[in-house]
Amino acid sequence: MAEVQEVKKEREALFSKKNRKLISDPLNDSNPITVQVLGICSALAITVKLYPALVMSLSVLFVLGVGNVVISLMRNLIPNRIRIIVQLVVVASLVILVDQVLKAFVYDVSKELSVFVGLIITNCIIMGRFEAFALGNTPWKSFLDGLGNAFGYAWILLAVAFFRELLGSGQLFGFQIIPEAWYMSNGGFYSNNGLMLLPPMALITVGIIIWVQRSRNTELIEEN
Amino acid sequence: MDVNKNSYTFTFAAIMVVVVAAILSFAATSLKPMQDNNVRLEKMQNILSSINIEVSREEAEEAYAKYITEELVLQGSKEVSGVAAFDVEMSKEVVKPAEERNAPLYISTNEKGEKYFIIPLRGKGLWGPIWGYISLEENGSTIYGATFDHKTETPGLGAEIKTPMFTDLFPGKEIFDGNEFKGIMVMKGNASGEHQVNGISGGTITSVGVQDMITNCMKSYTAYLKENSVATQGNVEDNRVATIDQ
Repeated sequence: MAEVQEVKKEREALFSKKNRKLISDPLNDSNPITVQVLGICSALAITVKLYPALVMSLSVLFVLGVGNVVISLMRNLIPNRIRIIVQLVVVASLVILVDQVLKAFVYDVSKELSVFVGLIITNCIIMGRFEAFALGNTPWKSFLDGLGNAFGYAWILLAVAFFRELLGSGQLFGFQIIPEAWYMSNGGFYSNNGLMLLPPMALITVGIIIWVQRSRNTELIEEN
Repeated sequence: MDVNKNSYTFTFAAIMVVVVAAILSFAATSLKPMQDNNVRLEKMQNILSSINIEVSREEAEEAYAKYITEELVLQGSKEVSGVAAFDVEMSKEVVKPAEERNAPLYISTNEKGEKYFIIPLRGKGLWGPIWGYISLEENGSTIYGATFDHKTETPGLGAEIKTPMFTDLFPGKEIFDGNEFKGIMVMKGNASGEHQVNGISGGTITSVGVQDMITNCMKSYTAYLKENSVATQGNVEDNRVATIDQ
């Protein structure tokens, strides 16, 4: 009997409408950064340039995707009273693994990220998804949820980093975009906005994104 | 099975800790040789980059063997034998008084026979250690090239010390004024003198860290440089006169 039921369950298409929603929702309606306001700390810290923001996003993608699956696989075995500790151990081990692998195979990238890889451990999005989703759902769904949230995190990070790097350093991915001749030091009229490099501007940029998102998606506006 | 029993909780925790520890220590030990090799090659790259030779990590070993012709370890102006310069850990040396340090010095001679002294540096930035290499021309005072790196400085601010924007300010500056050691001052704008460079706005503490690092580390080399370079600045004239007289 039990076997039959399991077979039935697996019949749900891998990318059914419900499952697709797990990926698409966090991109907009339940975006971890702009709607749930989680993971803000790292969004402020590493968005000065696009490259670290990209690698950070990929690392979070890995940790959240794999972590969600691991927690989901163990969801019926984890003692309720120590579940937060178990989740923390899983995140911390995955992050250390990522860090070690980066150091061994892509040394330059690991140098670029330095402390921020370690900071993934404290990223509230990850603990949030483990606790709110992976503990109560099957591994495949948890995996999709992990990917969705990581993408939702990633695009905000990249958007913020895009504006900060462009306006703050005149570059994108380290390549000069604003022509050198425009700069005042070369007799032009332009100067980089140093304020963009400082953390407060990341907060303001995130704020502007939230503003734009809410004015386009009125469902997000609370009634009171 | 009751997953909320105390005994189950303890067993679960114990097994989890052992499994995680095993996975992580396996990963750490099996990846260690690769990581160490990366660090070693990067050090070679940095040393070469201070004499303006940029090589990829794969070519670093070969280029290093070609250009770095001598490695010394100094204590004061004396050479210490039996210590490999490349293996000296600067972090342990810089905390000792200048006279007691084992100070590694790399000497490079290129195809044209030009000789450069390469001095390793190590100091403190805002968040963590910063380090670098400065190469001096044969006169032992004029900076030929500089390269800096850091562990955890803020990207876009303190971390800019490793960019050419900052390191390009160093070549041509003098660390000696006559026979007196001056070091390099990192200024808040308007650097003009031959012992000054401009700092990084928003990265003041890191910039000052660079200045202190240069002053502190160079101290262990002044005696050697005075004795072994062609001449420190002020003596250049005298030497030339002497040569003509002969």
